Amino acid sequence: MRHAGRRIGLGLYVLALLLPIYWLVIMSFKTNTEITSGLTFWPRHFVFLHYHHIFNDPVWRHGFLTSVTYVALNTVISVTIALPAAYAFNRYRFLGDKHVFFWLLSNLMAPPAVYAMPFFNLYYAVGLFDTVWAVALAHCLFNVPLAVWILEGFIAGVPREIDETAEIDGYSFPRFFVRIFIPLIGNGIGVAAFFCFMFSWVEQLLATTLTATNAQPFIAVMSRTYSAAGMDWGLLAAAGVLTMIPGALVIWFVRNHIAKGFALGRV
Amino acid sequence: MPDKPLNNKAWFLVLPVLGFVLFSSLVPMMTVVNYAFQDTMGQNHFFWNGIAWFRHLLDPSTDSGQRFAGALTRTLLFSLAVLAIEIPLGIAVALCMPRHGRAIGPLLVVIALPMLIPWNVVGTMWQIFARQDIGLLGAALNGLGIPFNDTQYPVSAWSTILMMDVWHWTSMVVLLCYAGLRAIPDAFYQAARIDGARRWAVFINIELPKLHRVLVIAVLLRFMESFMIYTEPFVVTGGGPGEATSFLSLDLVKTALGQLDLGNAAAMSLVYLLISLTVCWVFFTAMTQIDRRREG
Amino acid sequence: MTRITLDGVAHSYGARPRDERDYALKPLSHVWRHGLAYALLGPSGCGKTTLLNIISGLVVPSQGRLLFDDRDVTRLSTERRNIAQVFQFPVIYDTMTVAENLAFPLKNRGIDKAAIGRRVAEIAEMLDLTRDLARRARGLSADVKQKVSLGRGLVRADVSAVLFDEPLTVIDPGLKWELRSKLKAVHRALDLLMIYVTHDQVEALTFADEVVVMNDGQVLQIGTPAELFERPAHTFVGYFIGSPGMNLLPARVAGREAEIDGHRFPLAASYPTAAPGQRVQIGVRPDHTTLRASGGLPVQVRRVEDLGRRQLARVTLGAHELVATVPPGTTLAAGAAAVHFDPARTHVYVDDRLVEGTP
Repeated sequence: MRHAGRRIGLGLYVLALLLPIYWLVIMSFKTNTEITSGLTFWPRHFVFLHYHHIFNDPVWRHGFLTSVTYVALNTVISVTIALPAAYAFNRYRFLGDKHVFFWLLSNLMAPPAVYAMPFFNLYYAVGLFDTVWAVALAHCLFNVPLAVWILEGFIAGVPREIDETAEIDGYSFPRFFVRIFIPLIGNGIGVAAFFCFMFSWVEQLLATTLTATNAQPFIAVMSRTYSAAGMDWGLLAAAGVLTMIPGALVIWFVRNHIAKGFALGRV
Repeated sequence: MPDKPLNNKAWFLVLPVLGFVLFSSLVPMMTVVNYAFQDTMGQNHFFWNGIAWFRHLLDPSTDSGQRFAGALTRTLLFSLAVLAIEIPLGIAVALCMPRHGRAIGPLLVVIALPMLIPWNVVGTMWQIFARQDIGLLGAALNGLGIPFNDTQYPVSAWSTILMMDVWHWTSMVVLLCYAGLRAIPDAFYQAARIDGARRWAVFINIELPKLHRVLVIAVLLRFMESFMIYTEPFVVTGGGPGEATSFLSLDLVKTALGQLDLGNAAAMSLVYLLISLTVCWVFFTAMTQIDRRREG
Repeated sequence: MTRITLDGVAHSYGARPRDERDYALKPLSHVWRHGLAYALLGPSGCGKTTLLNIISGLVVPSQGRLLFDDRDVTRLSTERRNIAQVFQFPVIYDTMTVAENLAFPLKNRGIDKAAIGRRVAEIAEMLDLTRDLARRARGLSADVKQKVSLGRGLVRADVSAVLFDEPLTVIDPGLKWELRSKLKAVHRALDLLMIYVTHDQVEALTFADEVVVMNDGQVLQIGTPAELFERPAHTFVGYFIGSPGMNLLPARVAGREAEIDGHRFPLAASYPTAAPGQRVQIGVRPDHTTLRASGGLPVQVRRVEDLGRRQLARVTLGAHELVATVPPGTTLAAGAAAVHFDPARTHVYVDDRLVEGTP
């Protein structure tokens, strides 16, 4: 009885999550005439028209490639530099450690809207405007602190005796770090990478502000569907559906660690 | 960990992070500060303007002051509403999740999915979903005789954006709480059954205390994200109808990039940032306090 | 007064057990008598926790009946049985004080405040918790926490059996002994049925009036510590109990005589000759295996261990290893020696089960 109540509650929540997604997905398979002529719960004419359009347009393809590139760059940079820092914060006390840690976290809380304009100036001045590097570096603003935070949580779960044993066994610090320590927190690295991927992939304001045509991300190309002739609803929906696929794939791989990852490895 | 060794060489491990984040935060911030205390007659000619921008901003009798106060109130109201709905709902859903079984993997994927959709796509999805002509939600509500149109009625616009945020982010609270609940050993539930505790007593005496920490993180993250919200309302309502859903960040971007009113925008940025940081600091202190109490 | 009867109880965690191996607990009938302390002893994964959880009602057995006195409680929920359980790790309510923890089960049953206060004070007194009553349970040490969880079970006046699931696992070695004697004292004072799960034979043998030895989902023997030691009903009981365990040697038995690798020796009773294909073993405890210079089965001495009070020798008889007691004052020529088995304490096992001889 109590069990049934729980199932129903959970079922309703999942249904509520899936409904808007369902609506978008079926819309992407409808013709624009069908979309605007009334509500249908299943496409009367099932068309791949919009997907076909996206796959055959170099601008869309280039946008997709751009997005994947800066997300990958950002993830690699963030995790790589966050690892030693997270180790330092967890294992040592040093001058100003608490303040630096708080200052790092505070960047996580800084509204991107605040940075949109100065970033535009900065990257324009250093000649990175409209390149994938601009977006990849800009996203470091919140992804590096996030990665430090997550990794610190996971490192806290590795007993310090392991470090000491390695030292006694005569490992140099870099060798110990790469050969022993990194494999030990593999899960943590996976989870941190997942979060960097996620926040870089979903962010829109900085990604569109810092690019124009050369490095236009996929989500910015979507504005092409708004035109003087009216909205191209089907195309917009199809593009939206495509943006969900990489995320869904990535979650599938980390699904067993995701809950722990959200709790920053500390539960 | 009270017995961490003191080692100032650890600074070298932190340097790369420091370099990157300084480049991404301090340098741009200097530009902002620069603008905030200067005014321009155009053509890159700036002069010192003191705290005039701030005085305008914080004085509700001026135009910009009124706008700022309105946007700030709306943003705070939105954040509070988001917390009031998402935290209890997230806990409730997490309590409904099965503790063991094969369904968990796919379930977690579905629950996490909304968070991995680009924010403007979330906006687009809800813009479509809420439309009365081609959207399921809008059409259904109107069909039920409830006048619903998020481009005309402030109530509709607000409820659309709230629903969207609940849809988008409750899952974060669910996942956090789920992780917290899973860390409770089965023996606690068994002991509670033997003690004859009712469901509510189990929740109050076992589950809630164990969720304390993850809930602090959840409240912090949800407050911050909702306080900074930009893309989704920008896509769905564009701040309208009128100014009804014009939150701080929307207003800020409009001022900075739309109207190129740099001084005003910079002053807004600083005040905005200061509020974010204060809240962040309060939470951070609270969290370390909890940690200390747990260890002590 | 409660007597707990297991009537053909068995459990399988899978939905449809196909053969014997699918059972976490194989069919078992037994009566647990009021006022006794039982220990369920066996290695990890032998089904002892499953059996305990069936009695407490956390697990509903897939077959058989469970009776409290004459009442069938097989499907009765945990909270409606008069059972208290202490778990491996202390289960306490972090946010409450010790007193509130102890009062919790009574409060849930709607008992009035004054009665709760009296009962809590009484139980706290018995468990030496009176000084800690006002303290928050969170900051207590593991042994005090374990006492609080025991107290939460005992506080109910109607409780008729207390179940312990390896309750000393997280207790410091020094405090284990103290907590165990507290348990014994409580047992004597309250005249309860206690069932104590453990994989530690010392704990089991010192705590219990009767020990139930389990392995692989099966009860192998139920008996007093002395019975388990003197007459193990199964080879597993023989080598699991006692340190070192029983010597077990493949042998041929005919009438009053046994033969190992061509060496014959006498038995105290007469045994029927085993059918072909059956595995016959001789079991003798090291305590009843004496090492001599000569006059017995010829062995090679590998190592002699001085345990202070006694000396044990590890020896080989042909290809078989065994342990023998070295009587004080024995002088040994290096290498070759002989062992003697006490005929009255030498048991015969066919396919691992003890066979009774005829005198």
